[in-house]
Amino acid sequence: MRRALKSFGFWLLVALILLYLLFPFYYAIITSLKSGSAIFSVDYWPTSFDPANYVRVFTEQSFARNILNSVVIATAVVALSLSLGLTASFALGRIRFRGRATLLLAILAVSMFPQVAVLSGLFELIRVLGLFNNPLGLILSYLIFTLPFTVWVLTAFMRDLPVEIEEAAIMDGASPWVRLTQVFLPLLAPAMVTTGLLAFIVAWNEFLFALTFTLSNEQRTVPVAIALITGASEFEVPWGNIMAASIIVTLPLIALVLVFQRRLVAGLTAGAVKG
Amino acid sequence: MSVAQSESAAPSRSRVAASVRRNARTAWLFLAPMLVVLALVAAWPLLRTIFFSLTNATLVDTSSYDFVGLENYLVRDEGQWYGLLADPEWWSALGNTLTFTAVTVFFETVFGVLIALVLNARFRFRGLVRAAVLVPWAIPTVVSAKMWAWLLHDQFGMVNDLLLRLGLIAAPIAWLADPNLSLWSVAAVDVWKTTPFVALLVLAGLQMLPQDCYEAARVDGVHPVRVFFQVTLPLIRPALVVAVIFRLLDAMRVFDVVYVMTGNAQATQTLSVMARQQLVDFQDVGYGSAVSTLLFVAIGLLTVLYLMALRPDLGGKRR
Repeated sequence: MRRALKSFGFWLLVALILLYLLFPFYYAIITSLKSGSAIFSVDYWPTSFDPANYVRVFTEQSFARNILNSVVIATAVVALSLSLGLTASFALGRIRFRGRATLLLAILAVSMFPQVAVLSGLFELIRVLGLFNNPLGLILSYLIFTLPFTVWVLTAFMRDLPVEIEEAAIMDGASPWVRLTQVFLPLLAPAMVTTGLLAFIVAWNEFLFALTFTLSNEQRTVPVAIALITGASEFEVPWGNIMAASIIVTLPLIALVLVFQRRLVAGLTAGAVKG
Repeated sequence: MSVAQSESAAPSRSRVAASVRRNARTAWLFLAPMLVVLALVAAWPLLRTIFFSLTNATLVDTSSYDFVGLENYLVRDEGQWYGLLADPEWWSALGNTLTFTAVTVFFETVFGVLIALVLNARFRFRGLVRAAVLVPWAIPTVVSAKMWAWLLHDQFGMVNDLLLRLGLIAAPIAWLADPNLSLWSVAAVDVWKTTPFVALLVLAGLQMLPQDCYEAARVDGVHPVRVFFQVTLPLIRPALVVAVIFRLLDAMRVFDVVYVMTGNAQATQTLSVMARQQLVDFQDVGYGSAVSTLLFVAIGLLTVLYLMALRPDLGGKRR
């Protein structure tokens, strides 16, 4: 009897946690499938399955373009962070040289920067380079968050590989570049998937830079587009559209989480616990 | 490595060592691209921001400005104090930032540990539950802010409807418009979004714990609550400290959730929101940069404290 009660209590706790974490999504889905004035009545169960809001998101504004922008930007950020991070982590993880510890510390410090601390300086830089209202400007500026943790996590993985792995290649006189690409790259693939995923999520979700460094609807990324969805007047906020757009951008992330949850958890904890 | 092993491998080892030394120059070559990018997007803009904070630059044309010393921070003119440190708006933003940080980090830690303990138990569907925990963390903050803004809507929101039905409130509450409530509402949304992060870090700490302490406690019949406070908590302290510090640094610079839910409203304005408002909306690069610089200094001091307290593994010596 006591055991049954205990197990009931445990499952109740699990149910409460799930309810707390997932209810907002459930309610957003219900809302997004309503249309007209039905949106303004509170329902706890699905009452209609009208896809009108989903259609409107794509026809009334440049949401398809915004998704494309986000995909292109996030992919480019991942590719750049991984290639820059890979070469850097080879130096930091496999070669002993003076100033290594200081350098790692400086890189860690960059990841602690408040975004606004670089905002005016970056604004000027982006304008001087002619990248204002241009995806390239966002790609460049996102490296400030993705590069430090990519370097840190890859360095941690690289350092933990035993020295024997490299020995044979060194004896054969292989150059550092050959060692990096032939010996380490295959071994680091799992770590790169992890850091790449984290970088993708960070770039996909970023808001402040995207809001500040873009101007026109066509150049916006998804988060900014959602934040700026407005109705005919400020009193007619189109909640149906907003919820539909929110669900659309959340689905790929849920898919990523379901497929790669182990990797994501490993990456999150490697960045923090190892540090 | 054992002595016998190193003796037999001595010639090859020394060759490896020599090669490693020779490669110290290669190290900088491999680091160069990353360093150039970080200098360009992090170091240079930071220095420019600090420099701008000493000028009266405007956004229209950042290339023409006058050097004004510390006037953006504090200046006395005709018997009156001006500048950030004499600006009630800045003090209000500072207060909001500190309140937000204290409230969110406290609740995220408590809920995070609770969820981690549940996830650490073995039960069916644990993988799925863990994936569900990851979801709020993975979605854009803009999306979570919008979903909650709709749930908390004063007229049509589900939260007011539920509370009215349950008879807990007599009239709808303006969660986001009432200046006494809005900061708490925004903090609650942040707690919802970032508790998973704390939970996963603590879970990782829990899973590294040795099982024998628990065996001993169970054999002795120690109450689970006492086991938690006397065995588990001290053991997961390192993981918990890291999680709390990461959250502290993150909460101090909060922007997205506040800006999307309540815009520039004074009651919720944090330092990051104020800095952007000055910089972009008021085009006052000098003043906005001063706000940013002080925030940077505060977070920098916290970071130094963190590094001194934890001494992260920089040289791989713990390996």
